[in-house]
Amino acid sequence: MLAEMIQRLFERSLDDKAQTRAKDGEWLGDLWGEVAEMGLPLALLSEDQGGFGLSPAEQGEALRLMGLYAVPLPVVETMGANRLLAKAGLALAEGPAGLARADDLAVAGGKLTGTVARVAWGDSLDCLALAVGDTLYRVPRAGWTIAEPGTSANFHPRPTLRIDWAIDASAPLPHCPLAEGATLRAFQIAGALEAALDMTLDHTATRVQFGKPLQKNQVVQHELAKLAGELACATAAADLAAEALERADVLGVAAGTLRAREAAGAGASIAAQMHGAIGFTREHRLHLYTTALWTWRDEFGGQVGWAKLLGAAALEAGGAGYWPMVTEL
Amino acid sequence: MSVIPFPAPPADSAEVLALRTEFRAFLAKQLEGRTPRQRSDNWYGYDRAFSRAMGQAGYLGMTWPKQYGGHERSAFERAVVVEECLAAGAPVGAHWIADRQSGPSILKFGTEEQRQSFLPRIAAGELSFGIGMSEPDSGSDLAATRTKAVRDGDVYRVTGTKVWTSFAHEADFAILFCRTSGTPADRHNGTSQLLLDLKHTPGLTIKPIIDHAGQHHFNEMHLEEAVVPASMLLGEEGQGWDQVMSELAFERSGPERFLSSIELLVQLIEVLKGRDSEAAQITLGRVTARLAVLRRLSRSVAAMLQEKQNAGLQAAIVKDVGALFEQGLPDIARELVDQEPDPRAAGAYASVLANIVHNAPSWSLRGGTREILRGIIARGLGTR
Repeated sequence: MLAEMIQRLFERSLDDKAQTRAKDGEWLGDLWGEVAEMGLPLALLSEDQGGFGLSPAEQGEALRLMGLYAVPLPVVETMGANRLLAKAGLALAEGPAGLARADDLAVAGGKLTGTVARVAWGDSLDCLALAVGDTLYRVPRAGWTIAEPGTSANFHPRPTLRIDWAIDASAPLPHCPLAEGATLRAFQIAGALEAALDMTLDHTATRVQFGKPLQKNQVVQHELAKLAGELACATAAADLAAEALERADVLGVAAGTLRAREAAGAGASIAAQMHGAIGFTREHRLHLYTTALWTWRDEFGGQVGWAKLLGAAALEAGGAGYWPMVTEL
Repeated sequence: MSVIPFPAPPADSAEVLALRTEFRAFLAKQLEGRTPRQRSDNWYGYDRAFSRAMGQAGYLGMTWPKQYGGHERSAFERAVVVEECLAAGAPVGAHWIADRQSGPSILKFGTEEQRQSFLPRIAAGELSFGIGMSEPDSGSDLAATRTKAVRDGDVYRVTGTKVWTSFAHEADFAILFCRTSGTPADRHNGTSQLLLDLKHTPGLTIKPIIDHAGQHHFNEMHLEEAVVPASMLLGEEGQGWDQVMSELAFERSGPERFLSSIELLVQLIEVLKGRDSEAAQITLGRVTARLAVLRRLSRSVAAMLQEKQNAGLQAAIVKDVGALFEQGLPDIARELVDQEPDPRAAGAYASVLANIVHNAPSWSLRGGTREILRGIIARGLGTR
């Protein structure tokens, strides 16, 4: 099964040294080669589109694993870009790809110009699936330069791109890249929270204070239960967002991404607290997950923007229409 | 593995979608004229006429076999009816416990005679149940139960005290958790369940316990050599602990674990509507996201029940996270709207706010306290 193949790949080829190299700014080209060879960039496509035809559950499992291994490459972005490009009938990416929306770009004289803020690994991509208004553009790497460097909270590149490109690949936008990206991030958040809970269970079982494992303290057990609750919410939120994305329901995506973002913050806090000071170091692997959670929860639209979208719809529905709206999400 | 799996609930079938539409129309008609304050009573509104109407229309005992008055519908269809009732603030109290836990317990553990006697009347909305678990010295620690039932020929003679019995003064029966042998030191061993007739049991007296809002939902039940026919033993003598745990699993699994304060949210939206406040949009967006995800988790539990899987751990998570959500709404409302709560106000918002503020503390107590639930979850994670 794909999930087992993914697990084997990252167990074998992504160790802590590679994670450190990625944080120091290195592009893990060999690992990307293995990811591409396995066909992961096409994992969300149907068999007709040249993909694996995975069920929603299998897709979710694969995406959560990208979070569970804190994969320091734009794998989910490429999967999402290809899903969008395939739906739009544009050529698929030939390497790593980015997903972005920038409505203030200028479209004039057959050219697209302007800046796109904070694109994951923007210097190392083959192409960008970029929405401007109702149009999707497939911008090749030659179509941009780096306007300004940027770094995520987990120390991965987020440069701002200066686009200057003679348009030669565009199509009507099938669905919003921010909805696509936010949904994928929700799965990564769920995967990272699973890793954080596993580590926290392990740490509190082995760390002895006052003559007993931390886990024997009821107050610690209750924090573990809360963390399991946040994990359950994040997982359900990602599934909810994915189903909404499938039917192009942006409110459902908003609900899913918002709850996953909340779980990311709450879950990271509990895991960090339960680890004590060691969780604050690079020595312990927890930082791979806490810093990733603090990164992913603020990408592909901000929490405020998504919340305003969903909240405005709730106010529009009014008291009588509110519950019927909730049951449609 | 630390993941407690919540299987994805299946998409609503055509039957489920049709049922939702049909049931919303039924509720709109039944609840016409019910005020926001009344709706905010949620699952502790008590109205025999409403419960009979539910029964007559086939909305009670929905998943039970037809031979016992049930309707052999899916757990999802029942979940639709339950959540729509709660969302609309229907007065479900007269059938709530019977339909949710007493009936399913009788179906699972009862004799054929008990099933035939009780289940059709519950499904018709005619028989109302209370819960007979807690005692003055036995709350979360249910195994410390002291109420003692001594077999005497064809009857049990029961002595003890039960507390927090909602609607014991209105209901017809309660399932009484008691000790049929040994002492509280024997813990889980020697406990049993009896079907206790609340209207016709010699030696039983029921006294009100008034809550801090001055309302009478709770009662104390005193049993002094009360006489219960031996035919009213539910399940096996001595197996009470496993049975009561099964009953609690029914009690913990439903959407009432996050919808108790939904009327406050509805009234908050009415107050904020048209104000064009960014803060209101942001807050309502986040609240709605929490609600949507809780609802999905609850539907996963329904999917597990439909497949006859044990959902005890999942239900504990939904109840723990759900109680925080429903208890948090008053403070969220207070961040957006200045309004003093007033239990006797004519205005919808002030009276609903007061009712919710008053009732909220009970939601992380009844059906298992937050602390008990977190212990269950922690054990499920392998910590003890």
